[in-house]
Amino acid sequence: MAILIAKKVTKQFGGLVALDRLDLEIQERSIHSIIGPNGAGKTTFFNCVTGFYRPEEGEILFNNHSLVGLPPDKIVRLGISRTYQNIRLFPNLTAMENVLVGLHGHLKSNFFGIVIKSSFTKREEAEAAEEARNLLRFVNLSGKGDFLAKNLPYGDQRKLEIARALASKPKLLLLDEPTAGMNPKETQDMMDFIQRLRDELGITILLIEHQMKVVMGISETVTVLDYGEKIAEGSPGEIQRNPRVIEAYLGRGSAEEVAAA
Amino acid sequence: MRKNSPTSKGILSSLKIGLKTGLVGAILTVLLSLIGMVEAFSQRYIIHEVISMGHTLLLLSGYFIADRAARRSISKGKSLALLNSLISGFLSSGSLILLIFLGAFVNLRSVFINASPVLYQLLLFGEEIRTGVLLLFFVGGVVGFFSGLLYLLTGWIKKLTLIPLGSILIAGVLQDLLRPTLAAWGPLSILSEWIFTANGLSISGAIVLGVSISIGSLLWSFKGKSLQRGIKSLSGSKRKIFTYAGFLTLVFLLLVLPHLLGLFLSEVLTIVGLYILLGLGLNIVVGYAGLLDLGYVAFFAIGAYTTAILTSQELGFFHFTFWSALPIAILMGIFSGVLLGIPVLKMRGDYLAIATLGFGEIIRILVLSDFLRPWLGGAQGIGKIPKASIGSFEFARPQEIYYLILAGCLLVVFISLRLKDSRIGRAWMAMREDEDVAQAMGINLVSTKLLAFATGAGFSALSGAIFASKLGSVYPHSFNVMISINVVCLIIVGGMGSIPGVMVGAFALVGLPELLREFAEYRLLVYGAALVVMMLLKPEGLWPEAIRRRELHEEPGEKLSNDSTQGTSGS
Repeated sequence: MAILIAKKVTKQFGGLVALDRLDLEIQERSIHSIIGPNGAGKTTFFNCVTGFYRPEEGEILFNNHSLVGLPPDKIVRLGISRTYQNIRLFPNLTAMENVLVGLHGHLKSNFFGIVIKSSFTKREEAEAAEEARNLLRFVNLSGKGDFLAKNLPYGDQRKLEIARALASKPKLLLLDEPTAGMNPKETQDMMDFIQRLRDELGITILLIEHQMKVVMGISETVTVLDYGEKIAEGSPGEIQRNPRVIEAYLGRGSAEEVAAA
Repeated sequence: MRKNSPTSKGILSSLKIGLKTGLVGAILTVLLSLIGMVEAFSQRYIIHEVISMGHTLLLLSGYFIADRAARRSISKGKSLALLNSLISGFLSSGSLILLIFLGAFVNLRSVFINASPVLYQLLLFGEEIRTGVLLLFFVGGVVGFFSGLLYLLTGWIKKLTLIPLGSILIAGVLQDLLRPTLAAWGPLSILSEWIFTANGLSISGAIVLGVSISIGSLLWSFKGKSLQRGIKSLSGSKRKIFTYAGFLTLVFLLLVLPHLLGLFLSEVLTIVGLYILLGLGLNIVVGYAGLLDLGYVAFFAIGAYTTAILTSQELGFFHFTFWSALPIAILMGIFSGVLLGIPVLKMRGDYLAIATLGFGEIIRILVLSDFLRPWLGGAQGIGKIPKASIGSFEFARPQEIYYLILAGCLLVVFISLRLKDSRIGRAWMAMREDEDVAQAMGINLVSTKLLAFATGAGFSALSGAIFASKLGSVYPHSFNVMISINVVCLIIVGGMGSIPGVMVGAFALVGLPELLREFAEYRLLVYGAALVVMMLLKPEGLWPEAIRRRELHEEPGEKLSNDSTQGTSGS
């Protein structure tokens, strides 16, 4: 069953067509990658799904619920969460606070409850702290909860961003280049981690990725974008053999290289 | 020659640091003299008849500039650092000599009204010109050298030099605070008579004070650590007793404070307290939520005017008591906070600052207008506002109003603390850090922003209501934009988002100038300088949040061990 369906989504910036009647279906509990050269419209699509941009035309359905026109805070409450290409943590908050902000939508305490510290608020805060600690442990950041986010090393910041995204209890997680700037070992760890997210938590993963090893290694379906259009879709094997993809995305010279890999 | 030239070049280029820093010092000392600060402060002595505040000002600027020079050139070697600070010291005083000579030939007074013979006499230490110039030059060098030396020294010697000098300086600056306070305590009054003269410390008093404080600090550094360790090693319940004892002492001190301080200082304290209330409110808007609000005085005015309209016998519209008017004033503040918030929801940064600045002025001009004169009194303001009272106890004198303000501060601190570590506080701070991502994390920007504006405005209106009852009258000119600026400044200087920072900032920027009457004229200048210096040297503020301070000033190893202990205690 498809968890996310995009129908003829078009997004323009002035004269530039960033997304051109894009059709896309993401199956539930799948790991789906979107690839394409720089400027192909991958991140634009993410921004349309999460409510940062409003597409001019087309429709985006999440569990048969239309997302177009909803603000980002409503969309995350429906169960879609994301990370960013250039990490966007809350730099001057601690790691713990970052995750707790992710939990925001699930907390209900109001102003007066907080000021008088009602038993409800107390319990809710304790539960939230416990959950945040669990999430930090899940991404291997236990013990680093009191660090300011900006002082964490790069790899930990990526993990923290995922922990924060997970805190909102998403059904669909959008990861924008999660392995950017990582060495082979870290990349492998991240791949295993993404698979765990799907297998253990049952989260559907939509992935933008440039490293072919990652794309081919973990995704079940790959969609290729070029100039805002979908030029191919299929299993990693099919995509690797698709001559149009090799030409458009990797350039003519790289065809043999891909075949060799 | 050739072989040596690279090294001599190297030395020359590293001496540039001293020259550059010294030039800043030169400009600074000349500026301080020409704007009249030296002269204004020379009326007051740190040590009676020995050193005036004006001279101290110059010495301190020379000292800090030389310290800077040493700091910046320490990588080039110790001797060069010392040389650089010496150079900068000579430059700082040399520029004053140039000023004196220039003043002798050209009439500077047509531009710089303060470049008077009195100033030159002060700069020459009252000596005849030849000796004076030599002395001045010499003093500059000594200060530079001394500062460089102190920078290089570590441990005991440094402590034993800085602590007595620092304590004498502080005692001298705060003499108006310390003398009457000590005098109020029977046995201590003799001590105070002996340490202080009518103007500055006595020489013997200064010596005794310096010596006794350095002995005290020596003892503390020997015994203090084991004492602290002792307290830490105490069992939970015993440690709790210690905390409670400390807390009770603090409460007791806060309660008796106005009686120790007397009328004038209590008055200062109430002004500081009102600013703390304002600061804590703006701290929520600016410090937590990151919304730069420059029209904050508007809510202060709304709180004050609401109280005035409801209680004033002069107007006679209503006859509320202070206590029944207070909640209405706060509600009016909250309401207008939301009202201001709605149109500026989409604005960020500079645009928000400008829009709110306008709002502050709109309120002031409305109050001043002829149109509203029948209700708000126009420029004449509203008088005959009754004092707050409980039973027969009336909050009339500063010593009594102090308690009202103290209660307000405690309430506001309590609410701020609770909010800070909550869902709402985190939402504010997330919004401050990255508005878009905060929204993508499920934070409703509209309600979160409006809540910040409303909370801040409520605190401000509370302050305004107390202000109205304290003065007994309200005038439009009490609510000009300077109040907003003062509050923003004290938050920045104290440390954004830090509650103790607001208090420290209020005491430093509002309390200190009241104690140093000569300051009044230079208040804005000092604010500006303080802001620039803070941004350059201590951007996190005087008393930043605990987390931020730890992250900026502690070893990573210590942090890790801290974390692990907290982790185990948490689980």
